[in-house]
Amino acid sequence: MTTDPAPATTVAAVPSPAGPTDSSAAATSTAPVTDKASGATVQFVGLRRTFGATTALDGLDLTVNPGELVALLGPSGCGKTTALRMLAGFEMPDSGQVLVDGEDVTRIPAHRRDAGMVFQSYSLFPHLNARDNVAFGLKMRKTGKAERHRRADELLELVGLPTHGDRYPHQLSGGQQQRIALARALALRPRVLLLDEPLSALDAKVRENLREEIRRLQQDLGITTLFVTHDQEEALSMADRVAVMHAGRLEQCDTPAELYARPTTAFVAEFVGTMNRIDGVLAEDGKTVELLGQRLPVDGATELRGEVQVLTRPENVRVTAGGGQGAIVTGTTFLGSSTRLAIQLPDGTSVKADLSTHDAAALPAGTAVTLSLPDRPVLVDTRR
Amino acid sequence: MAGVTASALTTEGRPAPSAAKGPRPTGPAGGVLAGLARIRWGRGTVLLVAGLYFLVPIATTLWFTVDNSPQGFSLDAYRQIFTVPGLWPALQLSLLLAAGTIVLVYLLLIPAVVAVRLGSQKLRTVVELTCTLPLVVPTIALTAGISDVLRWCNDNLAPTPFYATFLYAQNANFPVVLLLAYVVMALPLAYRTLDAGMRALDVRTLLEAAQNNGAGRTRAIVSVILPNLRSAMLNTAFITLALVLGEFTVASILGYVPFAVWIVNGNSAGQGPVTVAVSIVSLLLTWVLLLVLSIGSERRNRAQSTH
Repeated sequence: MTTDPAPATTVAAVPSPAGPTDSSAAATSTAPVTDKASGATVQFVGLRRTFGATTALDGLDLTVNPGELVALLGPSGCGKTTALRMLAGFEMPDSGQVLVDGEDVTRIPAHRRDAGMVFQSYSLFPHLNARDNVAFGLKMRKTGKAERHRRADELLELVGLPTHGDRYPHQLSGGQQQRIALARALALRPRVLLLDEPLSALDAKVRENLREEIRRLQQDLGITTLFVTHDQEEALSMADRVAVMHAGRLEQCDTPAELYARPTTAFVAEFVGTMNRIDGVLAEDGKTVELLGQRLPVDGATELRGEVQVLTRPENVRVTAGGGQGAIVTGTTFLGSSTRLAIQLPDGTSVKADLSTHDAAALPAGTAVTLSLPDRPVLVDTRR
Repeated sequence: MAGVTASALTTEGRPAPSAAKGPRPTGPAGGVLAGLARIRWGRGTVLLVAGLYFLVPIATTLWFTVDNSPQGFSLDAYRQIFTVPGLWPALQLSLLLAAGTIVLVYLLLIPAVVAVRLGSQKLRTVVELTCTLPLVVPTIALTAGISDVLRWCNDNLAPTPFYATFLYAQNANFPVVLLLAYVVMALPLAYRTLDAGMRALDVRTLLEAAQNNGAGRTRAIVSVILPNLRSAMLNTAFITLALVLGEFTVASILGYVPFAVWIVNGNSAGQGPVTVAVSIVSLLLTWVLLLVLSIGSERRNRAQSTH
């Protein structure tokens, strides 16, 4: 289990995916809304939680740095939502701690935590208009009415809906509702922002827009953010770091690029992106592996010996026409700029290879081809 | 009279002229025959029979109140409503009981329904069964049980300090005993309406969102769940009001004189036309209330469908 405590450079290292959006208007109103340095450090320490026979969390350790956006990614039932709900105070761990800025908040009730949350399902209060929804928390804190409305309008402008204050939730689209929910989550100037699959109910176009906007806001405000998702594209495109979870544990937490290029476990390798498994034989010293008539260095140290499988991405597989290897193209899938070839090796293994559509045109189904891998270190795993 | 009403209803029951389901849509120049062809006879018949079944008794009742033979038509019965003795105390008692029942039903059921929403499936079954039970127990059996308990209390409580409480519970001005019986009788319908209203809400998420915004549990329920239950609560109140206004068996056997009992008593005491006129008026009031309720919810629905 890698609990890599965060490379400090991540925020700067990842190029902002929130391209040249209409952030100019919002940027001016940002300063008074929340101070930049408001992000907190969040730590999960050995969190365990079982629901009856199922184990939701099995010793989760994770540290989120101030101002960082960490995506919790994993298949359903991996415990990512449970972890988030523990930070919000809706769930109690059986053991372990949740720390915010080093302070144990595990026993603090939900309504006294400093965490704003956006829910997966539409959670706006149906009987209140957008402005009153945003101002709800301020009302609970007994803020005066004028001040409440001023701040609510400020937040509505921040999420790009300055003219929608008087609309009721049923008069708003799904995307607008989630924007309002985001504004509401930010209203109390929380130290942590929690996003529980907030985009999963929206259609693709809206989702992409909102994704960029959430990222821009989060960076402008510098607020520590945890984002639960099962959509790897979402996680990879938005997050400073992605924490891949599996069966209640953290598999790997790294920058998107690192996670994709250097997965440390077979689960991560296959969960993030597409992976081929090609049979190979490890050398005696375990430092090189032989496959497809090539000898390649092994990435990292391995205990394995003898027969293994090599993990490789479709875009790393090179395909050239001509026999010799006994590999045959069995099908092609057009993906736009690239085309994915399905190739069968003589031993029955199916390999996917992404080629530019132009190159793939010369290799229709039935063509005998030769596969090769670039001369770079490869990841190996036991044979299945 | 009844015939007129019924035929008026069938006219309303006809499908709209351009109904897409009509077998052969014809233009405005289609003529009488085409118009007849467009009437859906099956539906018309059902509507006619149902209309007769409901309206004939009401129409004859109405007739009884305005026909002052041999002088003919007269509104005397309606004029007497304001002067007839006993009506206002009876109505007051009924309304008081209804108000008490509604409040008690709210206090009992709203927390229960919220708990059921948040709690386990098992709890849900228990609450649902408990609330349905009064439907199975005949009112007369319930009344017999209450009488027995009262008699037992009378025999055994007299020497104890509880006797005052016992007497107070039977106070004719506000009989708590009757109130409790009505609460039990109102449970099945009240539970259904409240539960239906709650079902339309994502209670858990709303509560969590409220808590996330700094509201404690109780405060979250009061400030987020209750406002969204308003129409369900209104429905519950209305159904309970109708039940209490119309309840006769329990009140009569236990010897109280609320609205329904007064009507029946007055009828047999020779105040026939007045008491019947009172029932007609109460019927009209009920309809108006229903209309207001349905218009209110319709307006809300329309608002929800506009984007």
